[in-house]
Amino acid sequence: MTSALELREVRKQFGRTEIIRGVNLDIAKGERHALIGPNGAGKSTTFNLISGRIAPSSGTVKLNGVDIGGLPPYKINRMGLSRSFQVTNIFHRLSVFENLRCSVLWALGYRYSFWHRLEQLRDARERAEAVLELIGLQGRHDTLAGLLTYAEQRALEIGITIAGGAEVILLDEPTAGMSRSESDHAVELIRRVTVGKTLVMVEHDMSVVFGLADRISVLVYGEVIATDTPQAIRNNRSVKEAYLGSTLDEPAGTH
Amino acid sequence: MKPLIQASAGSDMQRRGLLQSAHSLRWIIWGATALVMLVLPLVFSSGFAIALLSQIGIMIIFALSYNMLLGQTGMLSFGHAVYSGLGAFVAAHVLNQIGASHFPLPVSLLPLVGGFGGMLFGVLFGYVTTRKSGTTFAMITLGIGEMVAASSLMFPGFFGGEGGVPTNRTVGHAVLGITYVIALWCLVSMIAMYAWTQTPLGRIANAVRDNPERAEFVGYNTQRVRFLVMVLSAFFAGIAGGLSVIDFEIVTAENVGAAQSAGVLLATFIGGGAFFFGPVIGSVLFVLFAVALSNLTPAWLLYLGLFFVLVVMYVPGGVSSLLMKQVPLIAARKLHRMLPSYAAVLGAAMMVLCALVLTVELVYKLQIDSDNGTAMRLAGLSFDAASWAPRAVAAMLWVLGALASRLAAARLRDAWDRVQREIAGSNA
Repeated sequence: MTSALELREVRKQFGRTEIIRGVNLDIAKGERHALIGPNGAGKSTTFNLISGRIAPSSGTVKLNGVDIGGLPPYKINRMGLSRSFQVTNIFHRLSVFENLRCSVLWALGYRYSFWHRLEQLRDARERAEAVLELIGLQGRHDTLAGLLTYAEQRALEIGITIAGGAEVILLDEPTAGMSRSESDHAVELIRRVTVGKTLVMVEHDMSVVFGLADRISVLVYGEVIATDTPQAIRNNRSVKEAYLGSTLDEPAGTH
Repeated sequence: MKPLIQASAGSDMQRRGLLQSAHSLRWIIWGATALVMLVLPLVFSSGFAIALLSQIGIMIIFALSYNMLLGQTGMLSFGHAVYSGLGAFVAAHVLNQIGASHFPLPVSLLPLVGGFGGMLFGVLFGYVTTRKSGTTFAMITLGIGEMVAASSLMFPGFFGGEGGVPTNRTVGHAVLGITYVIALWCLVSMIAMYAWTQTPLGRIANAVRDNPERAEFVGYNTQRVRFLVMVLSAFFAGIAGGLSVIDFEIVTAENVGAAQSAGVLLATFIGGGAFFFGPVIGSVLFVLFAVALSNLTPAWLLYLGLFFVLVVMYVPGGVSSLLMKQVPLIAARKLHRMLPSYAAVLGAAMMVLCALVLTVELVYKLQIDSDNGTAMRLAGLSFDAASWAPRAVAAMLWVLGALASRLAAARLRDAWDRVQREIAGSNA
């Protein structure tokens, strides 16, 4: 079976600095995979390379067996990969509902149409409403996205990411900056919206990581030093040495 | 648009109801617009008024087409006259062909020719300009505008050289009066452009305006979105150009010039790009300045410039945003509480305006027009511009106006805050 996502010897240089130094990753369909590592290890850069925000200097990135390295983001998105951002990236001057409707239009085949009337597109409306309910923002239907609270914006961020129905979901620090209860909420939400999908997430909060992930990859200085089950990662010596071992041993909620 | 009513969970029925009433409201607004267009030329039937109305109608189409770029997609163009102007040239040549009876096309359909002409150049130049966004896009449009304006003297066959391309609209039979041809095209274009804002492309254009990067990550090629909007916008600009051919019966290099491009930008900013009807208000004000005021005073451009600066500084959302800010007040039945403060501000503003007009007109008379003597008339009063009396009056008006403005502004702020607090309080 082909992997949902496969990275082989992916490298990225900025000038003479090599940020990503030969990353290898294999993520199976339906897997929930977490990418962890200290600050500056290249987690977000890896996400950017996969999602097309930047092109790899060398190596291959395959989505369901198809090479997507260097393609623009919209092409990668159309092939079934969607991502969220660490810094909230939503359509501020559109209502919450319109944010979600924009995110389903391409997937439903309306492309650049200027001959359909939005209000008559039942499927777009129903799908946007369904996602709205899924992320628990029904009460904010007509609120401008820019006026939402931080936690609500993070939920919307996830909603926009999954609305198009992509099979592979990349979440970049979905719980960053959240309180404990907000973060528990977010984990519940992520679990709910990624049923039957492949999930790759960058996360600092170890309770979130160990609560959600089937497997974990540890990225240090642009290299994956280990990929394994949460239990094995916990006990992995080189991980402990390279990456804040104490954090991994501690029970949930130190971050 | 700001939601007028905060929908809460489980208010689906309520929302449906709102949707219904928004629907009927839309019909009422379009009906009223059509009625106004029908009645205005009957009420104001003098030659001057008709000329004014015609130009307003054309400007409305032009400014709305510009706002497809600026307000809807976030593209600041400094060369929009290229599309209306080139569309106009194409239309003028076709009209001359009709005159020579090579084409059996009714003159009323000429704007469509202008539209396709504008669209053609929209495809051509848009392909270049829309490869970039933001400031780079603005700079390229400026360059293309200059390029087209410069080439208007290089290709006299198409642009008619210095004299432009004269033409004659009285070929074939006029089905409608010229005013109603313009009114009809204006109404149809307005409806079409509004309908566009309610389509997938229209909404994605908003998304690209708000956050182009995110739009790419939900599957949209933002460059393609900008290009398509540019082509559609150029089409409507071309319709405006075609109408101007029928209206003026001449097209010159001015039609593609920087002054035209600046004019449509001014009109759109003054009206405000955030709401669909903003540019409509802006067009009315702009044409009143450019046509009506220019008849009264040679200083009209100065007044227009000052007005523009004031709007950008104090009402950055344009006149339409000022109007829309009143909607929540009306909904909460609190508008009457604001009216005294509004009246005070208006009074103070009038005083400053009188001071400004008197000063500007005195300076113009003395500096530019003093060869014809210094006697002048203003607002029905005759006086000598060189004497001290009008200057003393102007100085007094400035002082009083400044004082009144300060007081009125403070009062307005207080009243506004109080009413906003009350509305927030009753919602909580």
